[in-house]
Amino acid sequence: MEIETAFHHGAVADDAKPILEMRGIKKHFGNVIALAGVSFDIRPGECHCLLGDNGAGKSTFIKTMSGVHKPTEGEILFEDKPMNFSSPRDAMEAGIATVFQDLAMIPLMSVTRNFFMGREPTKGAGPFKRFDVARANEVCVEEMRNMGINLRGPDQAVGTLSGGERQTVAIARAVYFGAKVLILDEPTSALGVRQTSNVLATIDKVRKQGVGVVFISHNVRHAMAVGDRFTVLNRGKTLGTATRGEITPNELQDLMAGGQEMAQLEGSLGGTI
Amino acid sequence: MPADSTVTDERVREETLLARLMKRPELGAIAGLILVTIFFLFTANASMFTLSGIMNFLTPAAQLGILAIGASLLMIGGEFDLSIGSMVAFAGMIFGALVVNLGLPLIVAIPGTLIFAGMMGVVNGQLVIRTGLPSFIVTLAFLFILRGLSLVGLKYLTGGSTQLRGVRDAVGDDWLAPFFSGDAFTGLFAKLAEWGWIDTFKSGAPKVPGVPVEILWFIGIALFATWILLRTPAGNWIFAAGGDKNAASNSGVPVNRVKTTLFIVTACCAALVAIMTVIDAGSTDARRGFQKEFEAIIAAVIGGSLLTGGYGSAIGAFFGSIIFGMVVIGLTYTSIDQDWFQVFLGGMLLLAVIFNNVIRKRVTGER
Ligand SMILES: Nc1ncnc2c1ncn2[C@@H]1O[C@H](COP(=O)(O)OP(=O)(O)O)[C@@H](O)[C@H]1O
Ligand SMILES: [Mg+2]
Repeated sequence: MEIETAFHHGAVADDAKPILEMRGIKKHFGNVIALAGVSFDIRPGECHCLLGDNGAGKSTFIKTMSGVHKPTEGEILFEDKPMNFSSPRDAMEAGIATVFQDLAMIPLMSVTRNFFMGREPTKGAGPFKRFDVARANEVCVEEMRNMGINLRGPDQAVGTLSGGERQTVAIARAVYFGAKVLILDEPTSALGVRQTSNVLATIDKVRKQGVGVVFISHNVRHAMAVGDRFTVLNRGKTLGTATRGEITPNELQDLMAGGQEMAQLEGSLGGTI
Repeated sequence: MPADSTVTDERVREETLLARLMKRPELGAIAGLILVTIFFLFTANASMFTLSGIMNFLTPAAQLGILAIGASLLMIGGEFDLSIGSMVAFAGMIFGALVVNLGLPLIVAIPGTLIFAGMMGVVNGQLVIRTGLPSFIVTLAFLFILRGLSLVGLKYLTGGSTQLRGVRDAVGDDWLAPFFSGDAFTGLFAKLAEWGWIDTFKSGAPKVPGVPVEILWFIGIALFATWILLRTPAGNWIFAAGGDKNAASNSGVPVNRVKTTLFIVTACCAALVAIMTVIDAGSTDARRGFQKEFEAIIAAVIGGSLLTGGYGSAIGAFFGSIIFGMVVIGLTYTSIDQDWFQVFLGGMLLLAVIFNNVIRKRVTGER
């Protein structure tokens, strides 16, 4: 499979101020130490890739960014101010939108209702303020069309969509609401080749609009295609951040696997991973 | 489904009206209502479908329906409240105490009763949210606690009796009373009788003096709840909270606030029924609302609400309650032994659950 790698890079000045800065984030679940002090930042207009094997703590980490988990220890600075998100709603209101790995979609509800869940457009005022269903339907169909999916109707239940279509709805929703930071947790896992390059192109597009994108993947190819910086997580710790051009796909792959085994394995499989 | 999912605009028209209707949660209740009506048209005395006969079965339907609409909203939001029947007795006691023992006017006693009930709703909601226990268990506990408190409280208030009398004397000429008891549109009905449009007694007075106010509350609450569910952000939050509370919360829905509010609403529906029935009866007793929680949940399920939450309809619960009232009262118009009622009830519930399951699979595309 061939992924478009011709995206524009390097527009971000190295000294640009981060929008969101995470310092020494620790997260414990009872005895489990999911994050053992992770630092990370995201600047406007860049795509910062977060890589790591399953269980490395990637999802847990971005959940502290999007207000789902409160870090056990550590500091979050949003636009230079200490931030204490107490719910995903707080993070959203600050302009951080997330595509969660489980997508956070409700199968029994329509695509439109899912798309605007928690952020419904309204019309009217006071006690007559109501959900502007017509506009919501319009926006939803339009945004989905931009992502290359023609819905059977805006009232189609999400449960009837394929995995890839659901993922696309979740991405379209986050892109629509991600005013400052867009977090994508393995957004391409259920997508085919064409939709994957569609998503990568979308990341490139929103980055050009000045949004900071956090892109989680364990596919080095996808990360390399759009990433400006790369941070590798392993067993709840960062193995460091590299800038595009400083690191080769193979080195990244090795870091993700936490050592040399991968290179050997790849050698023996003839470079197909 | 066509293989190519990008050429899809023409698929919009493929869904027939019938297919669209099949996806409405209230479809089962409407179909059921038609069937039950046909059944009674054939078996019941013709007087069942006269104006007075209709009012006769709509009145109990309305009292149950107000509870059922609250219960259906809560079920769509993913929780149960088994304490609403006991809440009717508890709120009835509070209301009785406020108007009889404290002699308060309705303008104070009614909000007071609703606030008391609402606080119990908060307790239910917070316990469910904070303990993470199923609401089924938590509210089952309150089914007994509230019933017991009503008994103990009534004995305390009356000096030993489980019935508190004197409500009629206490509220008789209160200006708010007509909004919660008796009939509405009496002037209109008198005129209709005068013109000979409706049946009258020999004296010329109409046989049906007006529309019992609980029926108007019932219709009003059903319409309001439906509007909330389908046309406001809060409605979207209710569906989302019941559909998947993690997904909803991660998408920015204030799930705990939604659920607590729904527990409050359900409790207040019970309190409203208590206020209306207590004023009507002129007294309150500890057996008030006995087993109403089950009837309300059954009416909500007949109305298309899923036991698992996230799907259902307030207007469905409206029709479900009318089916209920029709069967309870309708059997007295037939030669059928009334004790068939319970058999019928269980049968309806089973049918409704099976039917809802099919609908859910259809909506979610499960096979
Ligand atoms: N809510 C939770 N409770 C307990 N342990 C958790 C919870 N969430 C994640 N973990 C643990 O934290 C570790 C990191 O998980 P996760 O962040 O999902 O990894 P990744 O997304 O990198 O695959 C895993 O060992 C997982 O079992
Ligand atoms: Mg993950």
